[in-house]
Amino acid sequence: MNPNNYLVLAGILFTIGAFGVLVRRNAIIVFMSVEMMLNAANLAFVAASHITGTLDGQVAAFFVMVVAAAEVVVGLAIIVVIFRTRRSASIDEASLLKY
Amino acid sequence: MISALIGLPLFGAALLLLGGRRTNAWGHYFAVAMSSSAFVVGVTQFIALLGKPAEERHIHQHLFDWISVGSFNVPFGLHLDQLSVVFVLLITGVGSLIHVYSIGYMAHDENRRRFFGYLNLFVAAMLLLVLADNYLLLYVGWEGVGLASYLLISFYQHKPSAAVAGKKAFVVNRVGDVGLSVAIMLMFVTFKDVTFSGVSEHAQHASGQSLTLIGLALLLAACGKSAQFPLQSWLLDAMEGPTPVSALIHAATMVTAGVYLIVRAHAIFDLSETARTAVVVIGAITLLLGAFIGTAKDDIKKGLAGSTMSQIGYMILAAGLGPVGYVFAIFHLLTHGMFKAGLFLGAGSVMHGMEDDVNMRNYGALRGAMKITYITFGLGFLAIIGIPPFAGFWSKDEIIHAAFSQNLVVGLATLLGAGVTAFYMTRMMAMTFFGESRWKKGVHPHESPLVMTAPMIILAIGSVFGGLALKFLGDIELWLEPVVGVAAPKDPASNAVLIPVTLTVVLLGAGYGWLKYAKTPVPSVAPENVSLLTRAARADAYGDALNEAVFMRPGQYLTRALVWFDSRAVDGLVGGVGATVGGLSARLRRTQNGLVRSYALTMVGGAVLIALVLLLVRL
Repeated sequence: MNPNNYLVLAGILFTIGAFGVLVRRNAIIVFMSVEMMLNAANLAFVAASHITGTLDGQVAAFFVMVVAAAEVVVGLAIIVVIFRTRRSASIDEASLLKY
Repeated sequence: MISALIGLPLFGAALLLLGGRRTNAWGHYFAVAMSSSAFVVGVTQFIALLGKPAEERHIHQHLFDWISVGSFNVPFGLHLDQLSVVFVLLITGVGSLIHVYSIGYMAHDENRRRFFGYLNLFVAAMLLLVLADNYLLLYVGWEGVGLASYLLISFYQHKPSAAVAGKKAFVVNRVGDVGLSVAIMLMFVTFKDVTFSGVSEHAQHASGQSLTLIGLALLLAACGKSAQFPLQSWLLDAMEGPTPVSALIHAATMVTAGVYLIVRAHAIFDLSETARTAVVVIGAITLLLGAFIGTAKDDIKKGLAGSTMSQIGYMILAAGLGPVGYVFAIFHLLTHGMFKAGLFLGAGSVMHGMEDDVNMRNYGALRGAMKITYITFGLGFLAIIGIPPFAGFWSKDEIIHAAFSQNLVVGLATLLGAGVTAFYMTRMMAMTFFGESRWKKGVHPHESPLVMTAPMIILAIGSVFGGLALKFLGDIELWLEPVVGVAAPKDPASNAVLIPVTLTVVLLGAGYGWLKYAKTPVPSVAPENVSLLTRAARADAYGDALNEAVFMRPGQYLTRALVWFDSRAVDGLVGGVGATVGGLSARLRRTQNGLVRSYALTMVGGAVLIALVLLLVRL
């Protein structure tokens, strides 16, 4: 199979994730979209690694996974705390930190 | 030993001013002791000089190197020669007498200690001025006497008029001081040296133009310190100070510093005809202007101040005549120091007896109530108008003679000045001691205590015999010859004509004054309906009005325009930049709306933009 297809798939997944972040209000959905973007990037790394025949892309993918895991822990904790205090998971309502 | 001359009064000033109230009880005696011991030191130095042959009559003392930059070296050196020693004797002698007089005059002043501290400071600074061996050190003394003069004029600081007068003297003196500093800078540029001996030596080889410039700058300095036209306006206001100060600083010593400066710098004036002419013109204008002002003043001290201006005009004029006049400028300075100090002390004594009233229209017929003051003032009067054989005659006659030998117009000016001097002094004498008594109610004139009359008596003796002693006993021409050069000989025959002519003019002036102010009653209120000339003289010949119109008003407009420019243009520019940035950021702040999704959109937009740019650039 043409390895370029993997890159196209990664682009499609990234775009879906980006739109999800921009248009959805529910914090959990936004969070999932962010995960999708990260995984799209991982896919692109691995595909590129396969294309070039080096291991650099795979190493980068591992880094992204580690960062994503840490991000999930912190991010979910914040979302849970916000939901507990405000009884809402809408990210538009959590807009107190502004000018 | 010379440094003790300055050190003693300086120590006195420091002790009295730093010692505070603890020195109140004995401070004035201490100041008198310091001043008199400086006089004793001066006399011993004078005797030491007398013991030497004429060419070696100078003592030099190098204290330390003051400024040493590369090849430029200014020593802190003192130099006592025939010229400075006469000044030392005048300053410490008259100074000590006035210290003694002040014990009585300031007896009831609660700030007496401060007064004596300032007096000692003045004596120290003045001695530094005349003992310095270079122009830069002279400048230190020059500023020192300016400071002491300022402090003493505004001594009665609770009176606004005294405070203003002190400020005025300070400001006007600054103008002259700029002249001196310019002169010193020019000397440094031209000669690379500021010592008296170095400047005299190098002056021979300098260009005429730079010598003229230096001479004119020195003249400006002399005008400021000696109250010469056009910087004369401060001296009349300086009479706000206590009378002993007027006698010491504004008659006998400090105001003659300008004459000293010109005579000291004679090497420069000898070589510059233009500068010398300027000096003569300034002297002639001032001697007539001062005499003119003196004729219309009812304030006894201001009348004497006008007279001081006029007499210093004589000295400056004599100094400007060149080698023929230097020695007579100093001669007149010495006799004037004696008789004018005596006259001022007499005026102070009169004021003391008249409840500090200075208006001569409230005096009259005081010769009975104040016999000693009357006699000493009268002797000073005879000295100043130049009646032989009193002191003023010998010195003034020499100046008139020298002036006629150089230029007829200048000679006539000095002759006219002598006549007007006789008139205003007779007027002062008649209004104060003769005629009907016009005393205010409750005023009981009385003679001053011995501590005040004793200095007046000594100065009166100086007024009688000072001229004779200096001319025949001391032979001042021969004495000063090594310093100022040989006085050019004058035609003795013309003097035989001149003396009777001068005396006639003097007697005419005095007679007119006598007729007008002793024979006819003097109104106790100054008449309003007087000629334009009288009005001009009463207003100090419009010196203040002129200064105001020419310097103060344009200066005010200039500063106002600058303030306007500063607040509008400069502040507008700076403030405008700030306001623009502030307004812009207030609007930009709105983009921070707190909505996470809008931030995300911005980031995505930015990333897309960067990606597009990268793609475009690569293609």
